Amino acid sequence: MTDSARTHHTFNWLPDIPEYHGLWSWVTSIDHKQIGIMYILSALFFFIAGLVLALIMRIQLMLPMNHFVSQDTYNQIFTMHGTTMIFLMGMPLLFGFSVYLVPLMIGARDMAFPRLNALGFWIFLFGALLLYFSFVGGGAPAAGWFSYAPLTEKGFLSNPGVDYWALSLLVMGIGSVATGLNLIVTVVTLRAPGMKLQHVPLFVWMAVTTGWLVVLSLPALNAAIIMILFDRLLNTHFFNPTHGGSAVLWQNYFWFFGHPEVYILILPGFGVVTEIIPVFSRKTLYGAGFMAASTVAIGFLSFGVWMHHMFATGLGFSVLYVFALSSLLIAVPTGVKVWTWIATMWGGSIRFATAMLFATAFIIQFTIGGLSGVTFAVIPLDWQLTDSYFVVAHIHYVLLGGMMFAMIAGIYYWFPKVTGRMLSETLGKWHFWLMVLGFNGTFFGMHILGAFGMPRRVWTYPHGMPIVTGINFFSTLCAFLLAFSIFLFFWNMIYSFFRGKVAGDNPWEAWTLEWCCSSPPPPENFDRLPPVHSRRPLWDLTHPEEVKQKVGGHAS
Amino acid sequence: MKDRVILGMTLFVASEAVFFLMLVLAYASFHKVTGATAAAVLDPVKTGIFTVALLSSSFTMWLAERAREKETRGVGFWLFATIVLGSIFMIGQGAEYVHLITDKITISRDLFGSTFFTLTGFHGLHVIVGLILLALLFGLAVFGRKHEPTAIGMQAIAIYWHFVDAVWIVVFSMVYLWRYV
Repeated sequence: MTDSARTHHTFNWLPDIPEYHGLWSWVTSIDHKQIGIMYILSALFFFIAGLVLALIMRIQLMLPMNHFVSQDTYNQIFTMHGTTMIFLMGMPLLFGFSVYLVPLMIGARDMAFPRLNALGFWIFLFGALLLYFSFVGGGAPAAGWFSYAPLTEKGFLSNPGVDYWALSLLVMGIGSVATGLNLIVTVVTLRAPGMKLQHVPLFVWMAVTTGWLVVLSLPALNAAIIMILFDRLLNTHFFNPTHGGSAVLWQNYFWFFGHPEVYILILPGFGVVTEIIPVFSRKTLYGAGFMAASTVAIGFLSFGVWMHHMFATGLGFSVLYVFALSSLLIAVPTGVKVWTWIATMWGGSIRFATAMLFATAFIIQFTIGGLSGVTFAVIPLDWQLTDSYFVVAHIHYVLLGGMMFAMIAGIYYWFPKVTGRMLSETLGKWHFWLMVLGFNGTFFGMHILGAFGMPRRVWTYPHGMPIVTGINFFSTLCAFLLAFSIFLFFWNMIYSFFRGKVAGDNPWEAWTLEWCCSSPPPPENFDRLPPVHSRRPLWDLTHPEEVKQKVGGHAS
Repeated sequence: MKDRVILGMTLFVASEAVFFLMLVLAYASFHKVTGATAAAVLDPVKTGIFTVALLSSSFTMWLAERAREKETRGVGFWLFATIVLGSIFMIGQGAEYVHLITDKITISRDLFGSTFFTLTGFHGLHVIVGLILLALLFGLAVFGRKHEPTAIGMQAIAIYWHFVDAVWIVVFSMVYLWRYV
């Protein structure tokens, strides 16, 4: 094989990559591994910020008619919490994983556009800082993470918070499109010789589908944000009903972006879990083709369900039926995935390392979140439950219990590859069990609160409702347990980075290409690649007799 | 499509297409209120002439590409022609804006102003970006080394330029010709 010749040839337009030391080598880096790490570290930083905001909200809601924060502050805090967790934590985290892993998994030297990759990261970071600057620059945004018009119009919110929100999301949106596009081009043009699309790891399939969703849905948000900015700064009237504009138009735009966004956030999590479960079950993935196809199906369907976020706006019945049907339909490919994960574990010799524990909890919690999600496709139930704490429970089961559990599983799984050291399993198991308890304790009761009719986004609730008070009090206690488990997680990462067990190249005996280079990978990734004849090239290396059967005796 | 530059530009254009789709939908969704204003204040004939200039610039761009591929002379000439035609279009748009604004039809006046100036303004911005890219190609064609600009580079920018023209066909039909439907 002439792989090393190929990788050097493909990247001969790049200057030599400097060694990994000093701040300067990070700031100027165009290396996908360094950029991926910077994405993940920034995401974890904003994860803490979002968590602190969440704890402030929980303290406020611990008792009825509490005065820990004012109504105004509460509005700013839930807006910043939502925006932070979606755009400043979720998206950079998944981009970090994708940018770090995709080139390694397909045996490439770097992304297709390394400089664009760096631009994407820095544009994200400064966009994120711009959002947080609003706290000192005249007031944080206070209209919720989806910023419904006409509340966002100047007549209702005259402080510059919404302007910061809009500008920062616009900046980050442009960076996201760049990164999404980069991922697609990388996988199409830079796969290792012999790696056909059906040999590409499932994480890469999901990252590419995410890339498509980013490229085609983020511009809708960007366009809408430009219109709301014009409304506020140039006195246009797009979303201002007093001048003939349409507030529902904003909702259409936002959710045309917003629903694919949900899958942008969850698909890489699916990918992480799909990589982890076969390795720790010592089995090949059951129905890999179905897994890939259902991913693409979800990608397509996600553009046709946005109006289920708007069932309460008075749409016509035909529209309601169409979107109820399409929203129910999207449960099918998602169900296929859950089935595939369970079938992969079935009869395997399962090792419950921390990564596998998180992946397993992901399946259960995501399924609960999926079930509460399907509830919203049933229109009468949606009318009853919309804008209640049931929605809060649902989104946290999908995004925290689902996406974040999957990403944490991914951190336990790939930390040895990225740093060369193992995370502590003892601390990891404490982290896992405390987080499962804390998470479910915090959010499960919110289903009940929502069914009782407690509205989301309201800063307090009246005295004299013992069940509501009880659930809220318990939820706050569990939120602190959750925060403590996250503290253990961070402590584990810091401690293990310096003192952890040395990992070696392939501590989990995994099969994808990233495990065949050293830990951490050298700047050039691969000296030479093993031949790729299947989805598990490293397994093929140790079982040459099976490869011969597969490729008809030409496996040399 | 195995070339990363072409594929990257194609995906970028796909993303831009969604962006313009949203602006066009904003214009179209208010047509009931704004259609009358559009019919009263816009001149489809004058703008139609500038439209012809923009559309023929796609043709000259194609000629420039072909000259580059066949390694014949004329790359610089056809690029220059493209820039001139694109600039004529921008002058036309500028004149139209000045005319409208002196008639007190501004972006903040009503829904027509909001949607019209946002849609055509973003298109104009894209034309200006295209002109800058074309000027770079032209500079390379005249002052660059022998193989510059590369065929791939020209192809990528041509994709962008044709896209900007295609968007204008939609915008022009929507904004200027809807009244005849």
